Amino acid sequence: MFELLGIPPQALFGQVLLGLINGSFYAMLSLGLAVIFGLLNIINFTHGAQYMMGAFVAWMALNYLGLNYWAALVVSPLVVGATGIVIERFLLKRIAHLDHLYGLLLTFGLALIIQGLFRNSYGSSGLPYQIPPQLAGGHNLGFMFLPNYRGWVVIASLVVCLATWFMIEKTKLGAYLRAATENPTLTQAFGINVPLLVTLTYGFGVALAALAGVLAAPIYSVNPNMGSDLIIVVFAVVVIGGMGSILGSIITGFSLGLVEGLTKVFYPEASATVIFIIMVLVLLVKPAGLFGRTA
Amino acid sequence: MKLKSLLLAGAFAALMSGTALAQVSVKIGVLNDRSGLYADLSGEGSVIAARMAVEDFKAADKGIKVEIISADHQNKPDVGSTIARQWYDQDGVDVIMDVPTSSVALAVNQITREKNKVFINSGAAASDLTGAACSPNTIHWTYDTYALAQGTGGAMVKAGGDSWFFLTADYAFGHALERDTAAIVTKNGGKVVGAVKTPFPGTDFSSFLLQAQSSKAKVIGLANAGGDTINSIKQAGEFGIVAGGQKLAGLLVFITDVNALGLQTAQGLVLTESFYWDTNDQTRTWSDRFAKLNNGKKPSMVQAGVYSGLLHYLKAVEATKSKDSATVMAKMKELPTDDPLFGKGSVRVDGRKMHDMYLFEVKKPSESKGPWDYYKQIAVLPAEQAFKPLSESTCPLVKK
Repeated sequence: MFELLGIPPQALFGQVLLGLINGSFYAMLSLGLAVIFGLLNIINFTHGAQYMMGAFVAWMALNYLGLNYWAALVVSPLVVGATGIVIERFLLKRIAHLDHLYGLLLTFGLALIIQGLFRNSYGSSGLPYQIPPQLAGGHNLGFMFLPNYRGWVVIASLVVCLATWFMIEKTKLGAYLRAATENPTLTQAFGINVPLLVTLTYGFGVALAALAGVLAAPIYSVNPNMGSDLIIVVFAVVVIGGMGSILGSIITGFSLGLVEGLTKVFYPEASATVIFIIMVLVLLVKPAGLFGRTA
Repeated sequence: MKLKSLLLAGAFAALMSGTALAQVSVKIGVLNDRSGLYADLSGEGSVIAARMAVEDFKAADKGIKVEIISADHQNKPDVGSTIARQWYDQDGVDVIMDVPTSSVALAVNQITREKNKVFINSGAAASDLTGAACSPNTIHWTYDTYALAQGTGGAMVKAGGDSWFFLTADYAFGHALERDTAAIVTKNGGKVVGAVKTPFPGTDFSSFLLQAQSSKAKVIGLANAGGDTINSIKQAGEFGIVAGGQKLAGLLVFITDVNALGLQTAQGLVLTESFYWDTNDQTRTWSDRFAKLNNGKKPSMVQAGVYSGLLHYLKAVEATKSKDSATVMAKMKELPTDDPLFGKGSVRVDGRKMHDMYLFEVKKPSESKGPWDYYKQIAVLPAEQAFKPLSESTCPLVKK
């Protein structure tokens, strides 16, 4: 049997698939960041906390209201998205005309506050959340055992990513959004409510993070730090893909998940740093990122 | 005459208060993780346990003034070292307690020795603290990697798990735990077929679990802790590892982890701890008091160890009427330990606190009567068997 760098091909296929699954989380989170950055010019450091809130709201919905996983998939993004809208209206809007740095500091501070609040109420070690019974178990693909739930995560994430891309790049609403980004004053002059668009966009980006949080709840530990562990990597993904590029963040998300997955096989110790090494290399060659437009 | 008796009375009073004020005042610094993955098993709970020790010892009545301060080391050796130095140099701290995360504990161990203070470790696991890195200023209180390996590792091998694959957290603690467990496994006739070092802290372990699965090892040893353990057990269930016939050995699982996993996921897991709240009436009474102060959460063995360790330190201070590090350390090693949580024990010359360890199995959801009713005791490991014998010690303090 032939081996590739000492790894049998069966095992390699399995790892590639796992990489794609993890990539789907990166893709969904970086997509939300890209949408928010592209239209609001805000570097949303609260994104990780909002992803965490998504998972916690799913847990609360189950334990306080008896709503199952499928209901949480709808409810949680709506609830967390609504909190995002409140944040945009009352905080972000006021600093929209200032330098990037203010938005970054504000959202970073908010993230710390939100994490602290959840830690005070629920502790740091996390809460149990089971895989929904419809998706329990898995299939033996011959080269690996694929849990049904992971398969669902990849499909759900791909659908959401492509739908978002389609909406922004191919529909009339998307055209308004892009116009508002290019020239808010002129767009408003055409009778389009730009501030409302901006608020809804932020809410949508946040809802995407919350949706990723619900998807993550059954497989990752649901704890107040779950977002901060992931967010740094996701920011690297966004930077590599090119700030604000929708398609860039999707493709980069999936492909970096893949690279990270393979690193876990060949040199596990480096798997936490490989993404940052790639980031450095990409920035040296293409400072605007792989899919970014040079300003 | 009147003046004379007044003066006399005054002198007498001064003398009396002089003895009562022959006070020792000690400053205790509880240094642990207050915001990260080990915050639930140490954190504020350890500070509460320390306060309870001072209260139960009635320190004030015995002329010992105790001040407790705390800080967050964020699981980073550099942060922990900076705080420890500042505490010893500027803030007048006499004892540092708890310090989970072995890499931070080893750093604080070194600094305490340099500054000639006292370090009573409850939270960290690396057996190096009483091995190659042992120090006359350190006591390792609650558990260590050797005892965990003896407990869980030994039990799994005896039950037929004779081939192992390790998932090891890539820092001092994980390395020590893997080393000690692998030694027990091979000593008992088993073999280690592979190991993978996972970045700490990690979120997704599926890739590593898949490697473990394809190794065909009978036992997958989780040489990690806290959130890493929770994530790996959760994902092992998802990938059908246990259903496929391989066994998981959670080498360091705390009760707070079981609480986070839920019994549905954690049931059947075998683990080693030195303290469980529901062991006897004394532990139950103490734990109820603790839970009332800690949002209803029962104590972990680490928090119980902080209580027990501080109690013993205060006894030594009372006996010697001194806080001189060498004097107090000598007394702590001389006095037998005795408290409601760990029972009778002793502190060995290398700084190892000796007490029994317990092997527990996590209950099925149907067996549990309510929140925090999680463990069934399956065996007791006598202290002499649980901890590394002095004859095998690499600690320079042990004369051979």
